[in-house]
Amino acid sequence: MEEQMKQSEETILEVKDLSVFFSVHKKWLAAVDSVSFSVAPGEITGIVGESGSGKSVMSQSILRLRDHDTVVKYNGEILFEREDLLKKSLSGMQKIRGNQISIIFQDPLNSLSPVHTIGEQLSEILMLHKKMGKQQAGKRAVQMLELTGIPGAEACMKKYPFELSGGMQQRVMIAMALACEPKLLIADEPTTALDVTIQEQILYLIQELNEKLGMSVLFITHDMGVVSQICHSVKVMYLGQIVEEAKTDRLFAEPLHPYTKGLLASIPHLGVEKGKKLPTIPGTVPPLSKVPEGCHFCTRCSEATKQCRSEQPPSVEVQPGHFVKCWKYAEKQGQKGGA
Amino acid sequence: MHFTRKTISESSGLIIKEQRQIRKERLLASPALIIGFTGFMLILLAAVLIPIFSSVDPNAMTVAERLKAPGGKYLLGTDEFGRDIFIRLMYGARVSLWVGGCVAVFSCLLGTIIGIYASYFKILDQILMRICDGLIAIPGILLAIALIAGLGASSWNVVIALTVVYTPSVARTVRASAMVIREQPYVEAAKVQGFGTLRILWKLILPGVVSPLIVQASFIFAQAIISEASLSFLGAGVPAPAASWGNMLQASKLVFSKAPWTMLCPGIAVILCVLSLNLFGDGLRDYLDPRVKGGAKK
Amino acid sequence: MLSYIWKRFLSLLPVLFVVSCVAFLVVYMIPGGPATALLGMEATPEQIAELNTELGFDRPFLVQYVDWFGNVLQGNWGESYFLHQSVLESIREYFPPTLSLAIFAQVIAIILAVPMGIIAAYKRGTAFDLTAVSVSLLGVALPGFLLSMFLMLFLSVYNQWFPVAGYAVLSEGLGEHLKYLFVPALSLGIVQAAYITRMTRAALLDVLYKNYIHTGRAKGLKEWAVIMKYGLKNAAPAILTAVGQSFGSLITGTIVTETLFNIPGLGMLTIGSINRRDVFVIQGVVLFVTCLYVFVNLAVDILYGFVDPRLRPGRR
Repeated sequence: MEEQMKQSEETILEVKDLSVFFSVHKKWLAAVDSVSFSVAPGEITGIVGESGSGKSVMSQSILRLRDHDTVVKYNGEILFEREDLLKKSLSGMQKIRGNQISIIFQDPLNSLSPVHTIGEQLSEILMLHKKMGKQQAGKRAVQMLELTGIPGAEACMKKYPFELSGGMQQRVMIAMALACEPKLLIADEPTTALDVTIQEQILYLIQELNEKLGMSVLFITHDMGVVSQICHSVKVMYLGQIVEEAKTDRLFAEPLHPYTKGLLASIPHLGVEKGKKLPTIPGTVPPLSKVPEGCHFCTRCSEATKQCRSEQPPSVEVQPGHFVKCWKYAEKQGQKGGA
Repeated sequence: MHFTRKTISESSGLIIKEQRQIRKERLLASPALIIGFTGFMLILLAAVLIPIFSSVDPNAMTVAERLKAPGGKYLLGTDEFGRDIFIRLMYGARVSLWVGGCVAVFSCLLGTIIGIYASYFKILDQILMRICDGLIAIPGILLAIALIAGLGASSWNVVIALTVVYTPSVARTVRASAMVIREQPYVEAAKVQGFGTLRILWKLILPGVVSPLIVQASFIFAQAIISEASLSFLGAGVPAPAASWGNMLQASKLVFSKAPWTMLCPGIAVILCVLSLNLFGDGLRDYLDPRVKGGAKK
Repeated sequence: MLSYIWKRFLSLLPVLFVVSCVAFLVVYMIPGGPATALLGMEATPEQIAELNTELGFDRPFLVQYVDWFGNVLQGNWGESYFLHQSVLESIREYFPPTLSLAIFAQVIAIILAVPMGIIAAYKRGTAFDLTAVSVSLLGVALPGFLLSMFLMLFLSVYNQWFPVAGYAVLSEGLGEHLKYLFVPALSLGIVQAAYITRMTRAALLDVLYKNYIHTGRAKGLKEWAVIMKYGLKNAAPAILTAVGQSFGSLITGTIVTETLFNIPGLGMLTIGSINRRDVFVIQGVVLFVTCLYVFVNLAVDILYGFVDPRLRPGRR
């Protein structure tokens, strides 16, 4: 426990045992199931998983964005600078959103209001949190657009989102997210909807801004390739749980969990022989209503045993900083980490 | 760190919004169908049966008994000619339901034929849809008034006028659904297999447009009842001595401040009947298309 | 912007053409010709035939239509045989009360409906929403003239807060004018509000789950700011459409309601003409009101262009 206290001092965000429940047909289903992790200052932390793994829900839960349009219930703690966000009032959250923690979404076109100019949408956040006047906010907004590499930033202010390309729209979103110099940026699949070349540019931009401004980034993606490019550490999520976490190099060098191995094996790379099929993970992510009793991955795992099907494996620290949630490693290590 | 899965009963987490909300929405969607259907059936049964088993003449005037309040000898009182309002209400229901029903049936039949053909033949589509646009642009009651002014006031002419008013919107709906179905793979397949155009239209496309059509028919039925009442209220509807809800309302125009029941009875009858039909239509639509249940929800 | 307006206007021409045909047919198809209607029951067949010839109704259909259409374009909409004035003059005389009533009712409707629709959508599924939905369901089932009778009974007969019926022209003072119009406008407004509330709620529900609403919240905006700025402006085209479309039922509602309150508007003119079978006046009213309705909706379309930049030509 002491070790953990020490750790939390040097983290910007610490999620402790977080569960997020949605009400579906009068039953509470956990989209995020007892997840714990932390984000170190200045680091880019990746969260990887297939769609339906709960990674987006988790990232949006940090800002409590789901509160407004769904029936949600939270359990656990989300400590941001040692304050529990789940205990904050709505107005308390509104002071943090966009100011201390920002988020960018997957689909930049739909994330910008089609009937307001870029300038209106961008200046607004500065006027809101930094109490700037219209002129001052406008000037700062142009600077932000320039920072994100938008050519003709001045003219862009008067444009509407549909007049920009996807890459430019995402740059606007990033400019908006970074306008108030947040301590944490949540990037929820920011490159998924973009072309591959644009994707590279945006990734490079995020990396560059991370170094320049020193904010932490929580990077949500389903793409292992992207993770290897920019993340310092990775958490692998499956059906609402983190099944493995480690530094990026370590995870790629020595993946332990069968799911992580599967994800890594299915990355296409130049070395693959022609005509040979790319390995895939068999089956699909089961719906939330059919989460298995034991290890969540047991329905798709080739190495699953009887124990896997009936009991949840504990999370085990195999090496310092490398956790894995699988019975294969739990037995070797004895009962460490339980309760 | 503990990783036992928590059940909800244990958790003392923070509850943001409750399940109640969803349940309420469901409640709004499904019973509407049942309430609407039952309400309408009761009105229909009363309109059919009560005049059969009653010997009271709806047009019999008893001057001595004029403007009697409800209760006593007359269940719902009498009007300014001493006619029994309850009985007139039942005969009026026959007229209103007959007009509404005819308009719903005729405009749906006509609208379906127009809509289906328009969906399949490009040039015909252009012509028919422009005509529909034009007819829809004329405010409904006004169009009906103009047609009746031309044709003369009679209950058949009311039916004809209102059919003209409501057919274009049916044609539009049918055409829109038919256009969607036309692009379906099974229709394409039938085309490739050499099915004739007529066979495709009536065997493959028609069944697909039936369910939105039934929904629309119930709304038209309701609208036609309101329109008939409005037309009769204006004196351009079913000619006077016959009892219809609109006629009763028109007759009450001069006396309703002294004898409010003369207005309230037919008025409430119109509202109940229209409400039942609308509820039925709403419920049916939600039932047939579960996606719209309770509005957009992610 | 001008070319956008021009394009919208051109798309109306076929509609107006069909409307003119219908208006023409209404008179043309009267069994026995318009003279039958004008002369009434007592006229002999010779008299009818004579008047039909005099009015040119024995000529071929197309000739008649072209002739009539040309006259309409020149502002010659025919003559009322009973009012002894031209149809356009009658319309000009009877139109102001109808316009006043319609505007007043629409203002009441918008004031009631838009906030109610917004709150109902935002508080979807709560008691407020349920009440709003139920009330608007009732409102849709309620013919305007019936509500007028109810309100007249309670506001003017039982409690003499408002005059029972009648009309005061605007020159008698705005207060007096509105006092007479209040009960009819309120009843029409409530009926309109039922429809507009439904549409506003639906339009906002459509928008409230869009990603830009998420973005607004993620910026840290207050809820009302998100709804008012991003929700409302994006839902505005759909709400405007509802307001524009409801104008048609508003005008017909006005026609029926006027007769109850003895307001000397187009409704009274129409009803009088029905009783007199003064077909040219009815034809004129149909033509006039429909054009009004069509142009109100054109105005709504043009407003779209201001609200939604994607529709502005030259913007892409």
